[in-house]
Amino acid sequence: MVNELVVQGLSVRFTVPGARVAAVTDVSFAVAPGECLALVGESGCGKSVLAGALLGFLPGNAELAGAALLSSPDGPPLDLLATPDRVLATTVRGRRIGLVPQSPAAHLTPVRTARDQLEETVAALAPGERAPRARAEAVAARAGLAPADLDHYPHELSGGMAQRVATALALVGDPWLLIADEPTTGLDRALVEALVDELRRLVDDGRAVVMITHDLAAARRVADRIAVMYAGRLVEVGPTRDVLDAARHPYTRGLVDSLPDRGFTPIPGTPPLLTDLPPGCSFGPRCTRAVAACARRPALTGNAHLVACHRPW
Amino acid sequence: MVSAWAAEQVVAGYDRRHPVVDGIDITVRAGETVGLTGPSGCGKSTLARVLCLLHRPFAGTVRVDGRAVPGYRHRAPRELRTRIGVVFQQPRLSVDPRMTLRRTVAEPLRAARSPGVDARVEELADLVGLTPDLLDRRPHEVSDGQLQRACLARALALRPAYLVCDEMTTMLDASTTAALVAVIAAYQADTGAGILAISHDTTLLTRWADRISAVRG
Repeated sequence: MVNELVVQGLSVRFTVPGARVAAVTDVSFAVAPGECLALVGESGCGKSVLAGALLGFLPGNAELAGAALLSSPDGPPLDLLATPDRVLATTVRGRRIGLVPQSPAAHLTPVRTARDQLEETVAALAPGERAPRARAEAVAARAGLAPADLDHYPHELSGGMAQRVATALALVGDPWLLIADEPTTGLDRALVEALVDELRRLVDDGRAVVMITHDLAAARRVADRIAVMYAGRLVEVGPTRDVLDAARHPYTRGLVDSLPDRGFTPIPGTPPLLTDLPPGCSFGPRCTRAVAACARRPALTGNAHLVACHRPW
Repeated sequence: MVSAWAAEQVVAGYDRRHPVVDGIDITVRAGETVGLTGPSGCGKSTLARVLCLLHRPFAGTVRVDGRAVPGYRHRAPRELRTRIGVVFQQPRLSVDPRMTLRRTVAEPLRAARSPGVDARVEELADLVGLTPDLLDRRPHEVSDGQLQRACLARALALRPAYLVCDEMTTMLDASTTAALVAVIAAYQADTGAGILAISHDTTLLTRWADRISAVRG
């Protein structure tokens, strides 16, 4: 077996007073080293919940279904959804899957320097390391940081620097898979490009990156494949250029057409409530191509370029 | 009366020895959309706060329709303050988490003791594309995009003559971005408002603004 993550029919439900939230429904995809998958969709469509499910970070009221099999060369595959938190904490998180969290500045300890936090992570993930300082600096260099940058406190770091520190922290345990949750939010275009180029370098070094984003321009620059999520489901998955330049799902077409360098026309209507999804296609109520068949839920089908739509392009 | 909103030689920041904004001039005329761009940390947001009278500059003047602003924050005269609306980057940090979206949108109307608050809130919700069921939710029950729609409705409640959009769309997907910009363009066509659109997305500003000013880092 080689390193691979295969997600099969993953669903996440939350029970809250008076309602059940269908945050993620029947999501399947696979990612392997040397590949960058961008998960795109609007805020609230379930992207971050999906990442949380893979890492065991969901609150106690989450109900999970499906499987997320993490294969490795030295052992049987591990179903992340059925693995106790103790095992995830000691063998998976930070070691096999690294997380670059959303708004990294908020995740750093404000009263300690970046170096201090990196060295602490080295001590936790590689207790036998004889030269923790050198290792911290080597990891930082891979994330695009100079040793002098590490002596700053989080509030002294710009958004781009804080992002790099978060990336360095995720790389300490040498995971083959990195999940980056909205890494480009709040950065200016030059920083976005520098950041995604750094992610691309990690991919070209043989890691895998799952980038969760609503920034289609960033996704185009870095991703090999794009998975488009709408109301908790994947509606289109395929090679980046095919998905962005020849979208098959009406929602993806709508997203691309609303970019300011395209039509700049919004998709009419608003997304459905995750507590009250329509029985058929979730996008049906907003779709200009909807027909009677759309009252039935479409399955995600296709070979390299998959789409869940009764009337795809 | 000059229909324009201007910063003249504004110096502002948080430490007099190291001002973030150092001698900037910018003018937004009625009916015009001015884009303001520049790298992270160059002082765009500080300038925006000065222009909406939320931050007192160390030096320089802000003029609203020819009148020099005599005071900032609570010292700003109400008739000047209500001529300027603002939408910030992070909707979640811009609302009171205890208030429903209906109360959030109604707040400026109540503060200004406008008549017909309920009808006006419904009208604003319709304008920005918020459905009635969303109006009775609290911020944690809606998405960033829906919350930002409420923040835009709140900013337009008192029919401002000028509007600052400070990275309004950074947290939003492409479709919601296009929708909110369309709402602002329609409001502008209707009222002749002047818009200051701050963003580091130059593709967006090229499409949206009549002209773009760049602030150096």
